[in-house]
Amino acid sequence: MSSVAVIDYGMGNLHSIAKALQHADPQTQVQISADAKVIQDADRVVFPGVGAIRDCMQSLRALNLVEPIMQAAREKPFLGVCLGMQALLTDSEENGGIGCLNLFPGHVRRFTDGLRDQHGGILKVPHMGWNRVKQKSHPLWHNIAQDSRFYFVHSYFVTPDREEDSIATSDYPDPFTCALARDNMFAVQFHPEKSQEVGLQLLQNFLRWDGAA
Amino acid sequence: MSLAKRIIPCLDVDNGRVVKGVKFVDIRDAGDPVEIARRYDREGADEITFLDITATHDNRDTIVHVVEQVASEVFIPLTVGGGIRTLDDIRRMLNAGADKVGINSAAVFRPEFVKEAAEKFGSQCIVVAIDAKKVSPEGEENRWEIFTHGGRKPTGIDAVEWAVKMMNFGAGEILLTSMDRDGTKSGFDLALTRAISEAVGIPVIASGGVGNLDHLADGILEGKADAVLAASIFHFGEYTIEQAKRHMQARGIEVRL
Repeated sequence: MSSVAVIDYGMGNLHSIAKALQHADPQTQVQISADAKVIQDADRVVFPGVGAIRDCMQSLRALNLVEPIMQAAREKPFLGVCLGMQALLTDSEENGGIGCLNLFPGHVRRFTDGLRDQHGGILKVPHMGWNRVKQKSHPLWHNIAQDSRFYFVHSYFVTPDREEDSIATSDYPDPFTCALARDNMFAVQFHPEKSQEVGLQLLQNFLRWDGAA
Repeated sequence: MSLAKRIIPCLDVDNGRVVKGVKFVDIRDAGDPVEIARRYDREGADEITFLDITATHDNRDTIVHVVEQVASEVFIPLTVGGGIRTLDDIRRMLNAGADKVGINSAAVFRPEFVKEAAEKFGSQCIVVAIDAKKVSPEGEENRWEIFTHGGRKPTGIDAVEWAVKMMNFGAGEILLTSMDRDGTKSGFDLALTRAISEAVGIPVIASGGVGNLDHLADGILEGKADAVLAASIFHFGEYTIEQAKRHMQARGIEVRL
């Protein structure tokens, strides 16, 4: 039986993602854990998170999770979600500027307030709701139609330095990177655990992925 | 633009059963919340909101069980409102599988609660529910006030100012209900919806008064809402969520189909 560790570092509600992973593949052993050993032994690792980046980085350090995460990101199929994606960049402008894990060179920026769509409606921040995802070729998009809608809720977005790291974009109103991939790492800004069938499909693809791009 | 406007069916739950009253009286039984949530998910609901109207404290655990059951098989955002007064209440709902909580009167009694909740759990899961009623006489400039106790008790607080304050305190979203319209099936209070939606930078969900599908579209197009919430038109089978979305799309609104 294969296993997946969902990293628990006190940043938000992990029940949703654990339940969705279990639903996506009932055969997989899903463990919510802050234990380095569990993360080390798991076949796959999910790095979720909601909230603010300063608290996120502080918790990771306080719980001695930085090294286990870096190691997992080098070695096995690794999925970052939402704040767990943003933490993989070099730094974030949230909370006055916070250094992050630098697994994907680049920065995290905030959406501009008060932008308007073509009908004159205000584009609210957080960007909240179901938006289209324009995917580039990757095994984790298997059985997911181009331009499928996923559920987002975030005020900050990633800007990777290397264009090839960006594996999907959405528009709000300008295109921004909503998924990153390199080698065995994959990360998404949206919430697959809240994106109905397409989200469950992505999680299932991850649980069957060997980590090869 | 490609962010879809959302349709959110709302389930008023009393002692574990879905009910919907007209102006909070004359409650009709509409059925099992888990079954109804499942149906809405299949029909393409973008989120589901549960409003717990259970009066007695002893029976409040029933909503936790409802949320647990729904969350184990419905993978779209779930919001729970009604009786959320402490950080423990919020934690209990999130642990049961809710993604957001609606805070209403507890915010009016102590606005700092919203700040504490947003700091603890993140703004993304804090929805401030505002019950507003028009208080300006006909012909004068519109003014709405916050009411508590199911629309019975005025607070003297201006609704637009309150919405801005709640945003500044960390609310991630506003659920705006017109107490003049709730249960009347005569459409949203569009002037109210627009006034609040244009005043805040966070998403606004319009609620209260939906009687037909044009009302939903009007809430988006004229009320400038980011999402629309309705209860009875969906519960009693008058319309499906999908019909509502097709209708909104025909009126030029981007929806998830």
